[in-house]
Amino acid sequence: MTVDDRFARDFRETGADEPLGTRNEIITGPVSDWTTDFSHLEPQWAADPYLIQDDLRQHCPIAHTDRFGGGWLPTRYEDVAAVAYDTERFSSRSIIMGNFRPPREVAPIGGSPPISSDPPFHHDARKLLLPAFTKTAVARQEPATRAFCDALIDGFEARDVVDAAHDYAQHIPMRVIADMLGFPPEDGPRFREFVENTLEGVNLPPDERIARMTRLFDYLLAQVHDHLDNPRADLTTYLINAELYGRKLEADHVAGTMALLLIAGIDTTWSAIGASLWHLAGNPEDRRRLVADPSLLPTAMEELLRAYAPVTMARLVKGDMHWHGADMKADDWILLSFPAANRDPAQFEQASEVVIDREINRHAAFGLGIHRCVGSHLARMELRVALEVWLERIPEFSLADPAAVTWSAGQIRGPRSLPLRIG
Amino acid sequence: MTLHIDSERCQGHGRCYDLAPDLFGDDDEGFGKVLGDGVVPASLEREARLAVANCPERAIALDEES
Repeated sequence: MTVDDRFARDFRETGADEPLGTRNEIITGPVSDWTTDFSHLEPQWAADPYLIQDDLRQHCPIAHTDRFGGGWLPTRYEDVAAVAYDTERFSSRSIIMGNFRPPREVAPIGGSPPISSDPPFHHDARKLLLPAFTKTAVARQEPATRAFCDALIDGFEARDVVDAAHDYAQHIPMRVIADMLGFPPEDGPRFREFVENTLEGVNLPPDERIARMTRLFDYLLAQVHDHLDNPRADLTTYLINAELYGRKLEADHVAGTMALLLIAGIDTTWSAIGASLWHLAGNPEDRRRLVADPSLLPTAMEELLRAYAPVTMARLVKGDMHWHGADMKADDWILLSFPAANRDPAQFEQASEVVIDREINRHAAFGLGIHRCVGSHLARMELRVALEVWLERIPEFSLADPAAVTWSAGQIRGPRSLPLRIG
Repeated sequence: MTLHIDSERCQGHGRCYDLAPDLFGDDDEGFGKVLGDGVVPASLEREARLAVANCPERAIALDEES
């Protein structure tokens, strides 16, 4: 057997002449004015971003901040959609708004293809992943997902208060994505650390942030080596063997995509499951209706995804321009808030209310345009199964202590602590 | 009444084949496709309109004339 020399040396060793990207001063602390100083990493935003976004939409629909080296926050559906569709003027070379901009030379591939890629490369990198994430393909994970959800609830035993975020929601996507990538299921707690570092550690000092990302890629490289020695029918082996333009993928493409699937597959779905249970715990009329009529769940789920869309993306402005009234500069961030778009009254009737049987629901929880969440069918399967099993096993539940519920800050929003009284 | 999917706009959200599985299916990459000749039987008009109204990309057209 020949050794795959793509992974023989550390693919992260770069030449001294390669560009390093740019860093800006890290600014934290209370926001003075949401129209000119917004931050998605402060506690006020984490606690309730909707009030802030609703106010901005009315008075300053594209807010600005000098934090993160400069950025913009569109809050109208129309503007969010326009950014998502305009890959000529907005780049995905970084999709996590923080204090570091990767060098322009990383486009159109980016560090974690295809989410970090721009056309034309994006299309080809995405095409490699699509067949593994169709509704039909992800249906194969459903029986194991259902059994796992049941096992988690079995584990509650006789407790009358459980943390639905910590003891239920978070474990489901971790297990599913570990199975799909072919990683050891017991590594779940490490995945949680990787996710928090990537998405919530945005304002950490650079050295700390780099050290934490290094741990993630060390782990992924170890998994690659294990799969080279023991190939198996999973996404890691698939990516190692996949070809683009007649040759196997570059090592950093393989690792970047693995990182993407691991990170993006976990706290997004964890957040959607947690936010849905939080809503049902606090709104007994909706909960009772779903328990009485499980056939309403697919419709209700879309409404919960609209109202509590967990994912916000980011883009970088490609060149100086006057855009929809804003004087944007090259390399300004756009915080692309699908949650804000989903609550725009110009797009949705009763936009700020959860209408559990809303039939017309053209929401953007999984994005719009060429970067539509590649895992959306998987996420919907996990969310549906997680809620079906919970509602069947635990039809009666309520918030044990509303003040103890905590929400994640940053671009993925969901409950991180959710004590529920059950039974 | 006939359904069409604009394949330039479709991004594979799958709302059409979730909501109207008798009228839409998916291809090997998850993009939506109209089943058969796209003619909507009267009994499936409601499903057809639901699919059109829920497509996030506005990729589905319903031609009332044909």
